[in-house]
Amino acid sequence: MSETLIQLAYLLAAFLFITALRALGRPDSARRGMQLAAAGMAVAILATLFQARIVSYEWIVVGAAVGAIAGYPLGMWVPMTAMPQRIALSHAFGALAATLVGVGEYTIGFSDGTLIRSSVAALGLEVLFGAVTVTGSLMAFGKLQEILPGRPLTFRGQNTINALILAACCCCVAWLIAFPTHVVIFSVMVALAALLGILFVLPIGGADMPVVVSLLNSYAGLAAVATGFAIDNNILIIVGALDGLSGLILAIAMSKAMNRSFANVLFGAFGSTDVTTTLGTAAGGEMSPTTAEDAALRLAYAGRVIMVPGYGLAVSQAQHQMRELGELIEKRGGDVRYAIHPVAGRMPGHMNVLLAEAGVPYDKLIDMDEINERFVDADVAIVVGANDVVNPAARTNPASPIFGMPILKVEDAKSVLVLKRGKGKGFSGVENDLFVGPKTSMLFGDARQSLLDLAMQVKVA
Amino acid sequence: MTTTIIQLFVFMLAGFVGVQTINRIPPLLHTPLMAATNAISGISVVASMVLAGSGEGVVATILGTIAVACAMTNIIGGFLITDRMLSMFKRTQTTVTENSGGGASSAGSSS
Repeated sequence: MSETLIQLAYLLAAFLFITALRALGRPDSARRGMQLAAAGMAVAILATLFQARIVSYEWIVVGAAVGAIAGYPLGMWVPMTAMPQRIALSHAFGALAATLVGVGEYTIGFSDGTLIRSSVAALGLEVLFGAVTVTGSLMAFGKLQEILPGRPLTFRGQNTINALILAACCCCVAWLIAFPTHVVIFSVMVALAALLGILFVLPIGGADMPVVVSLLNSYAGLAAVATGFAIDNNILIIVGALDGLSGLILAIAMSKAMNRSFANVLFGAFGSTDVTTTLGTAAGGEMSPTTAEDAALRLAYAGRVIMVPGYGLAVSQAQHQMRELGELIEKRGGDVRYAIHPVAGRMPGHMNVLLAEAGVPYDKLIDMDEINERFVDADVAIVVGANDVVNPAARTNPASPIFGMPILKVEDAKSVLVLKRGKGKGFSGVENDLFVGPKTSMLFGDARQSLLDLAMQVKVA
Repeated sequence: MTTTIIQLFVFMLAGFVGVQTINRIPPLLHTPLMAATNAISGISVVASMVLAGSGEGVVATILGTIAVACAMTNIIGGFLITDRMLSMFKRTQTTVTENSGGGASSAGSSS
């Protein structure tokens, strides 16, 4: 097959990928779109098999077989609750592929003596972005999988050190552009970039992971773009650009939903002990505990109920129990909606996927802006495992670290039921006035068990 | 030099298409979007295959083979999981039986 035909195949693949992303704009067309994208991928792979540079196939087959064997369980067996770490892990894989290609092309160019400045610049950036993403994503994976502590790990002067490492990496790239054949500099750059990835993600706390995971998505994309520049392949540039921008757009949306600048999320080590000054509960007052029986009685006769899921729902894997409770209330004539805060959970759209998995129809999953108008009409708002995203201090208390963050206006509901594991604080370490409010009753215990109890009581009420 | 310039044009135009396309995707589908871009970014398999099959030294072959495996993991795993996720997004039973036109308009308004 001639080079032209291969390029035409890539063109077709690029068209199918963009079509797929457009189809992702609507839930009813998304699935068909992704099937088109998979077809596009197949076309691109098949066309590449006829590439003139490829002289033997056995190692390609070996690699592909290993990948397919590893990919199948990652696609079919990973539960939806583990989605954030699964995504983080696949960023690491994608970036590792880009990094290795960068290193490999560099070694080939080195031994052939064909290293030219422009390609070394691209290779350098590719490896830089790639290596940062590999180790950064592995750290994010570790935190989300709870292999590593989720709290920010900080040390003195870490921002300075990170900045110095980044500067050193940039110097290495510049050096390589000037002297393309300095292998030592190339190796130092790879090592420094890998170190930077580790140090960059470690200080970032668990609740900020939506931003980090999105940003790593973006870096992985940029590494692919650089690969495309290095080996002159337009489809890599196109896909990398789509990937990179998608990550960036999500990261910005997530930062906005936390009312924090990008820089603050990345360098602020939010939630570390020195930031969380213990602010006393402004309103004072006690939490009023309730029992499942009492709470269920209120739910059974409620006209409008709004469920507010948070990360705690994912932790206790209670999405099915939440859906069951919702259905029971609906059966008794109540109207149930689910309020989705953009940063509830550990990645963009985490709650939507969880509840969709449990079988909640997606037209009942309502975004923050829309649902906030409906809290006034709600008889009961049930908060499950959410804290900061419903904290009224974000609107009322300028001294609060989360002041200005857009929140779900749960306190507007006629009554509030909070399901909570214990009396602890939220991730940001801020006391929550909502929990001591006069309309609020607290149901302590594991979210899953509490939801089960509520459902049982609603059934008999 | 001209190749680099053309590449920059491709990059810029793809960027604009990306912004336009991705901004239309509702928060409801942000997780599938991440999974999808992950799967699609497995296109780096194209570069990995060339490296693995070029027969230009042991190092290049080893690195290429690992790269093919990584990229392939993302492709297979990514497309499977995106499909699995998207298959879970369903409308309320009563509206399913209505024509898809009504569904489309309400999905559009919620975005």
